[in-house]
Amino acid sequence: MSRGSGRLPVIVTIIVSIMLMVIPLPDWAVAFRPDWVALTLIYWAMMLPRTWSVGTAWLIGIVLDVSQGTILGQHALALCFIVFITVHFHLLMRVFPMQQLTATVFAILTLYQFILFWINGVAGVDVQLVNYWGPVLTGTLFWPVVTILLSRIRMRVQHGR
Amino acid sequence: MVTNRADTSNLARIPALGIRLILLLVVSIILMVLDHRQNHLGAVRQAIGAAVYPLQVIVDAPFRLWDWIREGTTERNQLQLEVGRLQAERLLTNVRLQRMTALEAENARLRDLLEARAQVRDDVRIAEIMAVDANPYRHNIVIDIGKRDGVYDGQAIVDVSGVIGQVIETGLATSQAMLISDPSHSLPVEVNRNGLRTIANGTGEFGRLDLPFVTNNADIRPGDLLVTSGLGGAFPAGYPVAVVETVNRIPQEPFADVTATPTAALDQVREVMLIWSSSDAVEPESSDE
Repeated sequence: MSRGSGRLPVIVTIIVSIMLMVIPLPDWAVAFRPDWVALTLIYWAMMLPRTWSVGTAWLIGIVLDVSQGTILGQHALALCFIVFITVHFHLLMRVFPMQQLTATVFAILTLYQFILFWINGVAGVDVQLVNYWGPVLTGTLFWPVVTILLSRIRMRVQHGR
Repeated sequence: MVTNRADTSNLARIPALGIRLILLLVVSIILMVLDHRQNHLGAVRQAIGAAVYPLQVIVDAPFRLWDWIREGTTERNQLQLEVGRLQAERLLTNVRLQRMTALEAENARLRDLLEARAQVRDDVRIAEIMAVDANPYRHNIVIDIGKRDGVYDGQAIVDVSGVIGQVIETGLATSQAMLISDPSHSLPVEVNRNGLRTIANGTGEFGRLDLPFVTNNADIRPGDLLVTSGLGGAFPAGYPVAVVETVNRIPQEPFADVTATPTAALDQVREVMLIWSSSDAVEPESSDE
């Protein structure tokens, strides 16, 4: 049950998700890039809330802010907030069937984008609306895939030893 | 979902989660205010940016590799064709350059007569755009040279056919640049034909700039070339920016509705040039209103 050995795979998945956020896409697809980092963090916060919680989310958010050149603290705040909600309801979310869980993730992603939208609004960054609802849509669609992949990794880490 | 042995073994609440959240939210808000209003956090950004750099290189690597393979496997006759084309091009450019030296000398002489500040040649260095998508909310690019190569904030970036944008953030080995098509980018330009000065704003579309402050009776028409005016200090004067596309004069409005198409293909370039303008030595007045 030692937690230390299980950390590396999680860190690797988070790094991969950050890389997916900067991989170049064709122009029409940029607005529909799923929020890989948010999805990954929601999963780990739901499954291992004692290890991966708001602190991690904040740090990853800062890294995301720097790598994307957004306002420093924007993604940090938004990620922190949604991870808090996930951790708060993690027991409930774990027993949800997939459809209900996906709907919940949709709500969380909407909240996430709303926080980003709100901060952009306050800071006076003018963005087309598709940049907000695009990631929510694709993020929700990709959620089942992400859970399946990540739960494989989690199984291997927790039971395969 | 499958329950988790490690975590369900103790169902007690995660301690002090709310307090940690509030703390982190406050820190985030302070960071955002410092970053956005005062721009104090350049050093912090650079430090974290150095940590992110390897990730960017890894993401960029396959694209580099692909370019390299493609170059390596180009066929011989294709290469010969390319060489022939380039030689012809070089000849042409050389001929133009000869005239250019003469014109430059003449220009310098005339400027002496007018006692204007001498226009010295700009230094240029080629940078490559990394295959890394930056800020989703802005038209940003990441280029592969940074502070250690002497890049500075506000530096002008051009390609062979015109202005592309300017550096907004310098890291150690990479920099972020804003394209002229970004909605928050404004560029002082002048009409090449008659020197009419105005401002070109980005619209968020790669192929369109807005000229919001052209009066209805101004002498501007479709096809006019807009060049940088050098006012504002960020860009050196005389680089082509855009060609006027439409001029729509609305009688009851004070300003005409003018749009222009950037001469550089903002969404297609791979190699760009950074300009070290010698007139940068003259600091632009920082006007705090």
